[in-house]
Amino acid sequence: MPDPIIIVGAGQAGAALAARLRSLGYDGPLVILGDEVHPPYQRPPLSKKYMSGELDIPRLLIRPASWYGEQNIELRLSTAVTEISPREHRVTLADGSRLSYAKLALTTGAHPRRLPAGMGGDLAGVFTIRNLADVDALAPVLDPGKNLLVVGGGYIGLEAAAVAASKGLKVILIEMAPRILQRVACALTADYFRRQHGRHGVAIRESAALLELPGKDGRLTGALMQDGSVIEADLAVIGIGIAPNVDLAERAGLAVENGILVDGSCRATAADIYAAGDCANFPWRGTRTRLESVQNAIEQAEHAAAAMLGANKDYDPTPWFWSDQYDVKLQIAGLCRGYDDAVPRPGRREGSQSIWYFAGERLLAVDAMNDALAYALGKKIIEAGRSIPKAVAADPAADLKRWAV
Amino acid sequence: MPKVTWVLGNGKEITAEVPVGHNMMEAAVTNNVPDVIGECGGCLSCATCHVFVDPAWFAKTGGPSEMESDMLEITLVDRQPTSRLSCQITSVPELDGLVLKVPQL
Repeated sequence: MPDPIIIVGAGQAGAALAARLRSLGYDGPLVILGDEVHPPYQRPPLSKKYMSGELDIPRLLIRPASWYGEQNIELRLSTAVTEISPREHRVTLADGSRLSYAKLALTTGAHPRRLPAGMGGDLAGVFTIRNLADVDALAPVLDPGKNLLVVGGGYIGLEAAAVAASKGLKVILIEMAPRILQRVACALTADYFRRQHGRHGVAIRESAALLELPGKDGRLTGALMQDGSVIEADLAVIGIGIAPNVDLAERAGLAVENGILVDGSCRATAADIYAAGDCANFPWRGTRTRLESVQNAIEQAEHAAAAMLGANKDYDPTPWFWSDQYDVKLQIAGLCRGYDDAVPRPGRREGSQSIWYFAGERLLAVDAMNDALAYALGKKIIEAGRSIPKAVAADPAADLKRWAV
Repeated sequence: MPKVTWVLGNGKEITAEVPVGHNMMEAAVTNNVPDVIGECGGCLSCATCHVFVDPAWFAKTGGPSEMESDMLEITLVDRQPTSRLSCQITSVPELDGLVLKVPQL
């Protein structure tokens, strides 16, 4: 029997890679190694429908648990990989056993950044949101009336604030930067979401530098800010970004720089090793890029699967993202990196709006708030490699469909 | 439990029972219906679970909401009069026998 293709990491990317290998006709041995107890599951609903009890674990799964056996895929859960030996084409597992591979895919994902223990990051009552286990720990303690501190005004922090506020907690969100969403969106989009949160009673403090989270008997009591002010809190959610899981790759001698460095075919810097998803850093439009999204996890993993079977084409995605907060659905098409202008466009409905990002005269991205048509048409235009004049973007009476066909 | 049939682009049919309350995208994924992808998990963000409802059933499923209709602008195969995003069709007893045509990608 030939050595298997081994996939390290049983998340969205790992599942997509395995499925694509099979649908492309690879019928050799295939192993997925995952360190969690659950088969691959969807993360986005964790902080929404799963937390609210609307979805249970079976419905969270990307594929039913029985699917892997049906596809002759060996899914090994609660199985951590401790070492990769590229030269020997071998991985070592936590129990000391070794597996040889013909080809190896790293879909190891990312982990939330934590506050250091010296700042109170290890206190009871301090949470991150990434895994099922994180949400299983947090959901039962989100009681109405409690004070929740959210550290970080990115999408994860804002979504957590929205869920908690909707459950009746008193929420304060602090952001170190001059404004929320500083790294990922323009000031107009930030303004829109600041208003939404204000309407729901979430206090947002920007340019707010945290000194430490004080505790008593090992349990969080609040936040001490650098300006000397104190915020009382029963619970804290830390949403200060994620870092790619590159430890294994690094120790195996693969090139790592904000992610596992891969080429357009998802090849890492050792023979027969590939990487995809949150953990991979790939060349895109002349710049090294690491995307944190479901879309990229799936599409890059599918690209890697094809490359593992011999395809030779550069991965060139049209990124897209979404976020749900209260009754606002934000949909993002493209990547606004490098924009120099952001043009607002009122939507057809009350509260709907889109923001069109340009670099010079070239359209880069669209943020659409409750405006699926703007998202849909913006995505079409960007995907086709086209642009629209700024005046058209700004004019709600201008028919975008004309530009999308 | 309502029975639903997906008719694939090559004419092949897949029939499965769909628990009441589940949506037709997750049912399709569960039952290995090809080309119904559901990338966003059913939150009306990706348009990868596009189906054509059999015209005989369209009165029972109803048409798309405004937001869904907007998203039908970016399906990979052009929309038709009975196009729906299948994550937005929930299984109910009245849909027992439903027939959905899967666009060939």
